[in-house]
Amino acid sequence: MCGIAGICHIDGPDGVSLNSIKRMIGALCHRGPDETGIYLDDQVGLGHARLSIIDLSSGVQPIHNEDKSLWIVYNGEVFNYPELKEDLLQKGHRFYTTSDTEVVLHLYEEQGPDCLTQLNGQFAIAIWDTKKKELFLARDRVGIRPLYYTILNNTVIFGSEIKSIFSNKNVSRRIDPIAMDQIFTFWTTLTPRTVFKDIYELPPGHYMKTSDSKVTFKKYWDIPIYPRAEQSDLAPKEICEQVRDLLQDAVRIRLRADVPVGCYLSGGLDSSGAAALVVRNFNKDVRTFGIRFDNDGFDEGEYQKLMVSYLNVNHTDLTATDEIIGASLPDCLWHCEKPLLRTGPVPLFLLSDVVRKSGYKVVLTGEGADEVFGGYNIFREAKVRRFLAKYPDSQSRAELIGQLYPYIFDNPRLKRTLQSFFAKGLDQIDDPIFSHFIRWENTSRIKTFFSQELNEAIGQYDGYEQVRQSLPEGFERADDFSRAQYLEMAIFLSNYLLSSQGDRVAMAHSVEIRLPFLDTRVMDFMARVPAKWKILGLNEKHILKKSFEGILPKKITSRPKNPYRAPIKQSLLNEKTAEYTKEALSKKSLSRAGLFDAGKVTKLLRKVQAVDNPSEIDSMALVGLLSSQLIHRQFVQNFPARPDNPVSPALIVDRRSEALRAVS
Amino acid sequence: MDNSVKVREFVVENFLFGDGEKLKDDTSFMEEGIIDSTGILELVFFLEETFGLSVEDDELVPDNMDSLQNIARFIDRKLNASPAAEA
Repeated sequence: MCGIAGICHIDGPDGVSLNSIKRMIGALCHRGPDETGIYLDDQVGLGHARLSIIDLSSGVQPIHNEDKSLWIVYNGEVFNYPELKEDLLQKGHRFYTTSDTEVVLHLYEEQGPDCLTQLNGQFAIAIWDTKKKELFLARDRVGIRPLYYTILNNTVIFGSEIKSIFSNKNVSRRIDPIAMDQIFTFWTTLTPRTVFKDIYELPPGHYMKTSDSKVTFKKYWDIPIYPRAEQSDLAPKEICEQVRDLLQDAVRIRLRADVPVGCYLSGGLDSSGAAALVVRNFNKDVRTFGIRFDNDGFDEGEYQKLMVSYLNVNHTDLTATDEIIGASLPDCLWHCEKPLLRTGPVPLFLLSDVVRKSGYKVVLTGEGADEVFGGYNIFREAKVRRFLAKYPDSQSRAELIGQLYPYIFDNPRLKRTLQSFFAKGLDQIDDPIFSHFIRWENTSRIKTFFSQELNEAIGQYDGYEQVRQSLPEGFERADDFSRAQYLEMAIFLSNYLLSSQGDRVAMAHSVEIRLPFLDTRVMDFMARVPAKWKILGLNEKHILKKSFEGILPKKITSRPKNPYRAPIKQSLLNEKTAEYTKEALSKKSLSRAGLFDAGKVTKLLRKVQAVDNPSEIDSMALVGLLSSQLIHRQFVQNFPARPDNPVSPALIVDRRSEALRAVS
Repeated sequence: MDNSVKVREFVVENFLFGDGEKLKDDTSFMEEGIIDSTGILELVFFLEETFGLSVEDDELVPDNMDSLQNIARFIDRKLNASPAAEA
């Protein structure tokens, strides 16, 4: 796992300076603290910061093919590389390392971009073809590994993180108003936008190619949706058997590493299942790591302890106190590079530090199971709302709503009110975004804090319409559950869960996460399982629970879902943190950033401070406003907010001509 | 101060953060996304504190709570009803 960066002049030779690539790589040192390497010619510069996991001795990048016409820098893992390598050896390819990186390069040499469909893993790749003068950038299917780019005067500047791109002084750093509208609707930007103007992400499942002065993009994979006719007719028992086998193999290949692999263990179904598969089949001494909270409402200690003793593993937990969550938010945001609406990323940021200090570089996590197996309340909510839409006045139907969010709506008095709250949009059951409408409308309320200036810049932009237009062929024919699942995976999974609660907060402390539930075979198999089995009645993740029966205690498979959350007000407005929160939300700071209406923000702060338990939406507003301010401060106003890391590359391949070396 | 003015001020201050221009007497809180279900509890707490009312669970319905107009009618009804009930 690593960081990659580079510069490519698409019109031809124009010179690339060694120092720019060094600076770009320096900004990514947390992703790859072990060694760095650089390739330079007159048209391209590639940089790599390495976290050594496979082939510790000879895997330094950039890596080349036999005749040194192709050069690769690569961030990630392709777990099926031994099998792919066999084929390539038979075709006559010769290897000088034992890394998966070299396998990817030769596969590209053999098949071009089509090679991507054979990679089972998590990756961001840059390959430079010195003969064809083509730069090839690609990202894994669901976007586990990040890759950003900007195009400035026909020069592509790319990097694993935006700060690497910003280390080029000629790249401007501005907040994108449309991105703000998207974040305060969908919790994240819609791909390929980022919160920074003119900085884009390469969308998950896409590659980009530059050749003949042109940049082209292509989608090589999409989240699978199958119409009922193409779905499986297997009985649930057989489905569960196959799921078990697939997950076991997904775990097996994710333990491939030349360093020990640990597991996150929260006490929830998903991480417990993944850890149990490891312990039962591959490594009974696996180290596990988990988060505890002081606050009972968030803590899963009881279940975590149960799993630790059930699996008899060496477990380390981290207690995320309110103080430390609040105090770590600015550092966490430096890594997430986007405003957040929840504090959930912070404890994960803290946990990766514990993992690293325990001597581990790699952990398996349970992320992705909710998307693939149907764990989210939003899927159940959509089901209930559809049910309610048939008889909107039915009391008994409305009462189902209360069962969905017991941790938010714990007051029995709200029964009747909830009915009208969730009744919103019931006349729009044919709208493709029906399932997410309430969540998005509710989040949009935070836009009331936008400044006039920001509102004017957003203008008439309609994020819902953009989502509707972006839906793939086949979406309309899909069942309601698959539609909701598609939206959740396309919008929330990659950019929030795998990013702010995944790669970015783990790599902040040089830890690689591996996600067996997002194995491509698992995703495809589950897309062929009919919706009725995924959520049986209102029982979420039915198939996964059944599959784990026998390898997990009943108390874990039958426990009600408790979504991972972290305290907000208690974290951001306690004795230690209130001062910086108020300072970041002061009139002076707000007017400097120009994003929010100072009068309204002051009223929100006053309200949130006055009550013990602010409402969900006010809490989200508090995090959203504060994190936007801190992003502005760290990336627009005071960049770089961290000192430069000097880089001494272990490998520099310098093929620049004398003339252009002098210019650059 | 008139009862409905007090309620209006509370809603504008707490749910619209001072921006009351578009709030009409018959604006639906739910439909316009002004108050969500947890916000209703804040509102009820305010009504009980300010007007000395007791709001029963089955009174927590949109007919009573979903607009300034509905709340005003509800308060009137409650305030006028209670002495009679005690009598």
